[in-house]
Amino acid sequence: MELLSGAEMVVRALRDEGVKFIYGYPGGALLHIYDAIFTQDDVEHVLVRHEQAATHMADAYARATGKAGVALVTSGPGATNAVTGIATAYMDSIPMVVITGQVMSHLIGEDAFQETDMIGVSRPIVKHSFSVQSPEEIPEIIKKAFHIAESGRPGPVVVDIPKDMTTPTERYEYEYPKNVKMRSYNPISKGHTGQIKKAVDMLLAAKRPVLYTGGGVIMGDASEQLIALAKELGYPVTNTLMGLGGYPGTDPQFIGMLGMHGSYEANMAMHHSDMILCVGARFDDRVTNGTDKFCPTAKIVHIDIDPASISKTIKADVPIVGPAQAVLKEMLEQVQAAKNSPCAESLKAWWEQIDEWRGRHGGRFRTDDSELMKPQQVIEMLSKVTNGDAYVCSDVGQHQMFAAQYYKFNKPNRWINSGGLGTMGFGLPAAMGVKMNFPEEEVVCVTGEGSIQMNIQELSTISQYDIPVKVICLNNQSLGMVRQWQDMNYESRHSQSYMKSLPDFVKLVESYGHVGIKVERYEDLEDAMREAFAMKDRMVFMDIAVDPFEHVYPMQVPRGSMRDMWLSKTERT
Amino acid sequence: MRHIISVLMENEPGALSRVVGLFSQRNFNIESLTVAPTEDETLSRLTVTTVGDDRVVEQITKQLNKLIDVVKVVDLTEGDHLERELMMIKMKANNGTVRAEIKRTADIFRGTIIDVTPNTFTVQLVGASSKLDAFIEALGSSNIMEVVRSGVSGIARGEKVLTL
Ligand SMILES: Cc1cc2nc3c(=O)[nH]c(=O)nc-3n(C[C@H](O)[C@H](O)[C@H](O)COP(=O)(O)OP(=O)(O)OC[C@H]3O[C@@H](n4cnc5c(N)ncnc54)[C@H](O)[C@@H]3O)c2cc1C
Ligand SMILES: Cc1ncc(C[n+]2csc(CCOP(=O)(O)OP(=O)(O)O)c2C)c(N)n1
Ligand SMILES: [Mg+2]
Repeated sequence: MELLSGAEMVVRALRDEGVKFIYGYPGGALLHIYDAIFTQDDVEHVLVRHEQAATHMADAYARATGKAGVALVTSGPGATNAVTGIATAYMDSIPMVVITGQVMSHLIGEDAFQETDMIGVSRPIVKHSFSVQSPEEIPEIIKKAFHIAESGRPGPVVVDIPKDMTTPTERYEYEYPKNVKMRSYNPISKGHTGQIKKAVDMLLAAKRPVLYTGGGVIMGDASEQLIALAKELGYPVTNTLMGLGGYPGTDPQFIGMLGMHGSYEANMAMHHSDMILCVGARFDDRVTNGTDKFCPTAKIVHIDIDPASISKTIKADVPIVGPAQAVLKEMLEQVQAAKNSPCAESLKAWWEQIDEWRGRHGGRFRTDDSELMKPQQVIEMLSKVTNGDAYVCSDVGQHQMFAAQYYKFNKPNRWINSGGLGTMGFGLPAAMGVKMNFPEEEVVCVTGEGSIQMNIQELSTISQYDIPVKVICLNNQSLGMVRQWQDMNYESRHSQSYMKSLPDFVKLVESYGHVGIKVERYEDLEDAMREAFAMKDRMVFMDIAVDPFEHVYPMQVPRGSMRDMWLSKTERT
Repeated sequence: MRHIISVLMENEPGALSRVVGLFSQRNFNIESLTVAPTEDETLSRLTVTTVGDDRVVEQITKQLNKLIDVVKVVDLTEGDHLERELMMIKMKANNGTVRAEIKRTADIFRGTIIDVTPNTFTVQLVGASSKLDAFIEALGSSNIMEVVRSGVSGIARGEKVLTL
C-alpha cells in the first residue's frame, strides 16, 4: 500500500472521488495541503478572490450536476468567509464538501492565531461535520463527507482539518474506501407501496388537481418521471422557485411558478384545488402565504425524502417518504395499472377555469408608463436569444423574480439561484462554477447593480481562468426589491435602498480585460445581446438601464390566502 | 403536553452539542436533559423532557432522527413507561422540631438522609419528577438551602427496549 502524508491524502481522496475542480483560497493552516496540490495535476485548484465565491462556485456546480462541489478554505477568517456560502447551500439542500483548515490540535481552544471553532460556527448550517483527529482517518472521513452530502436530502458537509494532521513528513497507508456503512445513517431508497396506492386513488378521484413540485425534483433527478406522470394524467403543474425547469416551461400543462410572486393562474389553481400532489417541495412561507388560509378545499399528498419536511408547516393527508424519482415511477405504474382513470368531464371544466385565469392576467406588464426599458422585456429577450437553453444563474432581488417569471426553462438544473437564504452575491460565482464545468454551454448571470457588487472581485478570477460567462445586469439604480416593499408598505420612504455612486460598469470590467456593453434603449437590446452572445470566448457584461419604478407582480398580500394578490400597482384580487 | 424523548447516539465528540444546538436552533423547549454512556461504550443515551403540541413533538423526533450521530429516537410518553429522577436537597435543620419534621416528610416520600451536620440535613429522593416537586412543596421553601436534580431518565415498561 502507498504511503501518503495527510495533506497528500486529502488531495488523493478528492481525486479518487472524481473531483475535477476545487475552489479555494490558501492560508497558514492549509500550506501543507496547498503544497500537495502543487505537486499533482489530477485535481485543478481554482483560486477565487474571496472565500464566499469559492463556496458559491462549488454549490452551483452541484446544482447543475447533482454532485457535491468542493471548497477549500483556511482557518479563522477563511472559514468564516465561507459561512454565507455554506448557509446558502444548506437552505436549498445542495450537496457540498467544504474543507476548512484548523490550527494545530494542541493549540485548539487557546485562542491561537486564526483559530475559529468552525465545527461550532457551522453546526446549524451543515448536514454534518467532521473534525479530523488522526491523519489515518482522512480517506474515510472524506468518503463519508461525500456520501452524506450527496445522498438522502442533500446538504453541505464541513471537514475541519488541524494543520498537524497534514504534516508532510508523517506518512500513512492510503486506501480510498469503495463504500461506507454508517449504522446511524441509511437514506431511504423507495416509497411505501401502500401509501402510494392511497395517493393514486386520490389522484384519480380528484376533480381539481394540481401537481406542485419543487427543488426535490431537480436535485432528485426526477424530472423525467414527473413529466411522464403529468402527461399520463393531464393535470396542471406548478413549480416553486427551486423547482423551475423540473417541468418544461413552455408546455401547456405548466401554469407557472406559485407563491409570493407566482403566476395568477398558479396561485388561483392552488387555492381552488381539491387535491394537491406535492413532490419535493417544502410548503415554504413564500409559497403558502398565511398557513391558516392555505388551500381550504385541498387534500394533500406530500412526497419528500425528508420526513421532517412533511407536515412541518402544512399537514399532509397522505405522507410518502422516499426519493421523488422512485416514488413517481411507482405512482405512474399504479396509475397505468388502475381500472379507473381521471374524470374527463371534471378535468375539462378545471382546465377551462385555469385557462380563463391565465387569460385574465397571464404575466402582463405595462411598457407605456416609462421611457426606460422594462426589466421583464430584457428577460424575455434573453429567453429568445438563448432559446431558453442557457444556464441562468441569478442573484437576489427583483431581477431574480423577473428571471424566474419570464425565462422559460425547459430543462432541469439550468435555473440556478439562492431561494432559501436569498444570498445577494451568489450569481456571478455561481455562473463561473457552472461555466468552468460546462465550457460549451451558454452560461448567464442575471443580476442587479446591487447584488453584482457583492462579489464583483471575482471579475479577476474570471480573467485568470478565462471563464466567458455573460452578465446581464438589470440596472435600476436601486435595491429594487427593498424599494418595492418601501413603496408598498412605507409610503415610498426609500430608506437606504438607493444605490448612489455606482461605478461605470463598462470601464470597470474593461479594466479586468473583459467586454462591457451599455444598453439604454429597448431598440438596441436585441442586437446588443446577440453581439454579446456571439463573443463565445469573452466575458461580457451588459449594463442595461431599466425602469427603476417597476414592481414585481403578482405579489401575494401578506398573511392572506394564496389567491390574495396584488396584480399591479393598482389592481388587487 | 410533556414528552420524554430518549435518544441513542454515537458516543462521539460533538454529538451532544448537535442535539442541544438543534433544540435552540429550532426553538424547541428543553425542560431537562440527561446524558451518559450505555453498556455499549460506542453509544450514549440521552433523555430529554420537553413540552409541546403534537406538531412540535413530531418535528422534534423527526429532526433528532436526521442528525447523523443519532442512531435511534423514541418518545417514551407514547407508551407505558417508567420515569425516574434523582434529587438531593440540602436543608437548614438547626432545631429539633425542624429536624423531626424533615425526617418525617422524607420517610413519607421514601427519601433518605444522606448527610447530616449540626445545622443541615441533605435528603436524597428518587422518583417521577412530579413526586420530587411534591416533596419540595411539602417541605416549604423556607428551610431549603440548595436543590440539585439529575433530570429525567426513562425506560419503557415490559419487553420493549431501545437498542441498536
Ligand atoms: C426574493 C425571493 C422571493 C421568493 N419568492 C418565491 C415565490 O414567489 N415562490 C416560490 O416558490 N419561492 C420563492 N422564493 C424561494 C423560497 O424562499 C424557497 O426557497 C422555495 O420556495 C423553496 O422551494 P421548494 O419548496 O421547492 O424547496 P427546496 O428548498 O428546494 O427543498 C427541496 C425539498 O425537496 C426535498 N427533497 C430533496 N431531494 C429529494 C428527493 N430526491 N426526493 C424527494 N424529495 C427531495 C427536500 O427534503 C426538501 O423538502 C423566493 C426567494 C427569494 C429570495
Ligand atoms: C446579502 C444580502 N443582503 C441583503 C439582502 C436583502 N435584499 C434582498 S433583495 C435586495 C436588493 C437587491 O438589489 P439589486 O441586486 O440591485 O436587485 P434589484 O432588486 O434592484 O433587481 C436586498 C438588499 C439580501 N437578500 N442578501
Ligand atoms: Mg437594482
